[in-house]
Amino acid sequence: MTAPVLDQNLLAGNPKRRNKEKTVGAIFTVAAGLSLVVSLLIVGSLVFKAGSFLGDLINPPEDALAETRDGMISLSNLWSEQWAPRFMQFDIKTLLVASIIVTIVAMAVAGPIGLGAAIYLSEYASPRVRRILKPVLEVLAGIPSVVLGFFALRWIGPNVVANMFESAGNQSLLAAGLGVGLLTIPLVASISEDAMRSVPNALREASAGLGARKFTTSTKIVLPAAVSGLVAAFIVATSRAIGETMVVFLAAGGSGNSAQFTLSPLDRGATMTAAMASQASGTDGTIVETAFNSLFFVGAVLFVITLTLNVIADRFVRRVRQQY
Amino acid sequence: MTEVRHMSVDETSTEDLVAEDSSVIMDVSDVSVYYGSFRAVRDVHMPVRQHEITAMIGPSGCGKSTLLRSLNRMNDLIEGARVEGMITYQGIDLYGPRVDPVEVRRRIGMVFQKPNPFPKSIEENITFGPRIAGIPKSEFPELVERSLRSAALWDEVKDRLNDSALGLSGGQQQRLCIARAIATKPDILLMDEPCSALDPIATGRIEDLMQELKSDYTIVIVTHNMQQAARVSDRCAFFTTEVDSVSDRRTGQLVEYDRTEKIFSNPADERTENYVTGRFG
Amino acid sequence: MALTAPIVDADKTAERVRARIESGGRDPKDIGFRWLMFGTLLFSLLVLSVLIYDVVGDSWSILSERFMDFLARPSRSRPDEAGVFTGLRGTFWIGVFVIVLSFPIGIGAAIYLEEYASGGWFTRLIDVNIRNLAGVPSVVYGILGFTIFVGFFNQRFSDANAFGKVTAAGGLTLAVLSLPIVIITSAEAIRAVPQSLREAGYGVGATKWEVVRNHVLPYAAPGILTGTLLSLARALGEAAPLILVGAIRGKLGSDAGFFDLRQLGEQFTAMPIMITEYASKPGEDWVPVTAAAIVILLLVVLGFNAAAVLLRNRFESKREGK
Repeated sequence: MTAPVLDQNLLAGNPKRRNKEKTVGAIFTVAAGLSLVVSLLIVGSLVFKAGSFLGDLINPPEDALAETRDGMISLSNLWSEQWAPRFMQFDIKTLLVASIIVTIVAMAVAGPIGLGAAIYLSEYASPRVRRILKPVLEVLAGIPSVVLGFFALRWIGPNVVANMFESAGNQSLLAAGLGVGLLTIPLVASISEDAMRSVPNALREASAGLGARKFTTSTKIVLPAAVSGLVAAFIVATSRAIGETMVVFLAAGGSGNSAQFTLSPLDRGATMTAAMASQASGTDGTIVETAFNSLFFVGAVLFVITLTLNVIADRFVRRVRQQY
Repeated sequence: MTEVRHMSVDETSTEDLVAEDSSVIMDVSDVSVYYGSFRAVRDVHMPVRQHEITAMIGPSGCGKSTLLRSLNRMNDLIEGARVEGMITYQGIDLYGPRVDPVEVRRRIGMVFQKPNPFPKSIEENITFGPRIAGIPKSEFPELVERSLRSAALWDEVKDRLNDSALGLSGGQQQRLCIARAIATKPDILLMDEPCSALDPIATGRIEDLMQELKSDYTIVIVTHNMQQAARVSDRCAFFTTEVDSVSDRRTGQLVEYDRTEKIFSNPADERTENYVTGRFG
Repeated sequence: MALTAPIVDADKTAERVRARIESGGRDPKDIGFRWLMFGTLLFSLLVLSVLIYDVVGDSWSILSERFMDFLARPSRSRPDEAGVFTGLRGTFWIGVFVIVLSFPIGIGAAIYLEEYASGGWFTRLIDVNIRNLAGVPSVVYGILGFTIFVGFFNQRFSDANAFGKVTAAGGLTLAVLSLPIVIITSAEAIRAVPQSLREAGYGVGATKWEVVRNHVLPYAAPGILTGTLLSLARALGEAAPLILVGAIRGKLGSDAGFFDLRQLGEQFTAMPIMITEYASKPGEDWVPVTAAAIVILLLVVLGFNAAAVLLRNRFESKREGK
């Protein structure tokens, strides 16, 4: 029915261009694929060394046994009375509880302050005010954690914590927690603000149209509508606080080589991250491998905790996207 | 303009189908377009004849734009879009294994609903297509002038070819997009509601331009505007939506395809008549 | 009629409405809430001010008396002789690694995700993977760096004293750490490119790469640059992964010059590590040294941050103004 075919290759295009297109596409695919390699390497290095650490506990080598007082090593060394790798004491709850204390303090600071800042920026600030004030949070977000660690050590510890609580020294889990809190304020603020700004204006207008005050609109309409995003912000910040190293390393004052179990924020303590950092920076070159490898075990525990939190947060973020 | 068209229609109207079929440049037969499992438009038969303007009309959601975008494989860019049936261009299956969609789009150009010039100079807008197609730079000045002249834009912009295309008015931008499309020397121009974002005066200029372009190109246009279809087109395809018995969703379908004159004066299908007389849609 | 009978007390309602109208919108509860929310921002500003005031104040004796000298000297055991030369040098080279490796790979991966990805399982896997990588604590990246990069350099071309804990290992570790952030921010910038621009390119017969190179990337460039600058700033401020990788606190064995390529295979330190080192030293004499090192790190890091924010604001207002 149609016209006769003039040239079968009429639409074949330019093979050179097509090949180039294929090559470029392959390069980008490889670039994206490299991220998978990174994940595999992370998991691989954690599993391999943490596994060898656990293996040593089950089947202790001679040099490790020589470091103990009673010549006994077993998996129960993971649940003893202190974290002292040199003496084969690997009480994980000492580190875990210290991490939890720091995180609770941090979120007690960053949660309300970050949320408040987000409410102001999203609901009250004019575009001009926003442009002036938002950089404050961005600068705060840009401050390296080692700097906040020094600030917590030099200023928050002596001037805030030691002033408020007589029993506290210059270094404490509380001081570190406050420092970590400052660090996570911008994170809470920025995710919460995104969540609130994605609430459609129609909802605000409907509320205002019914005669509601801005206060009522913000707290009764916008916040509930954005709740998934706010939960996500809180979880992401929690994950970040647990994984934060330098502030704790400098300001919590716990020695990663021998930390005592404590429930008091006013005590010194070593979190999981601080214990890893001090283990790695130990100048003691003669340390036995089993003790050194404990840092990979702690790293694996930390990785699992933060990954779980991030996956949960991701669920909430997705819920926000589906809603609007 | 309209007189010219009527004359040509009258001249061929007495002739047989055979003479017409020899000029079919693109044939759409038994075509359905899917997005994932959703069938947007189904069972379209629509031969497109050379040097004619074929208009696709119908209510929104009837799959006109979807079908138009499958004519130069723009739909390839949408995830999950899929064509069933056969679309041929000069006898070649557009979706055949040895067809490069990039070459398809060079030969079958497209003008979009909203003017979308590149945020670059007027000249660069024209030369981008030829440049990537490997046309030597020495031909550019002549090509730019010819394309802009064909799009009736040359006199307005010849002194500011290096200015940003975003500084042009909406109507000028759309004519620039037409100039850009014809710079790659296509056979067919697909126009997706090209005037829907323009004022009546700019619309008139584009419609005049289409009549001039007809002698060199074949044009397929989607329009919401029945008067426009009646004014500019030689042939008209009327689409509507029906609830699909399988998916229970609205699917577009071709109701009637004929000479524009016939569609608007004496349509064969009652639904067409209701639509063109304004009783529906 | 019964249907129009008031359900609530009409007088009370009228009174409340009148009070609201006459208050001129100045509802005390509303205003209080507003200032409370503003106060949280003010608190952040206050913390920032105290921090900067405190650090600058502590560092003033060094910055005012021997600024150039401080930049030119390496780590020393006496505070009046100590400087940050080796730290700056290490941080510079780490930055080079991030720019050379993380930027192109990250932007390439972002282009894949936004332009080439088909939406199949591979794409979803990569997408989820990248978002999870972005949430991995930096200290865990240090474990990767220690196991993989230090292990690698320990076996090959490196000087015998460093045991693989060399500049290149640190640079690679931080390049890997910044990769997910570079990908995520670049992908966001690319996603913001209007679809009509892509269609215009494809419509005249351009291949995907031609559209990306000529139209998508130029449009997304400011956004990509902003994101990459922010991730560079973040990488340069990282200390934890470098501790794991074995950055040296104290005197380095290496005496290479600032731009000497030899140091890539030698022991290294970086600004955040030097700060950790000085902050951990006992005695008030070290406080000015630590503070001065912090000021210099902040100048570098906040400089990149400020550049990124200014760049973004400029292009945002330019696009909105059009």
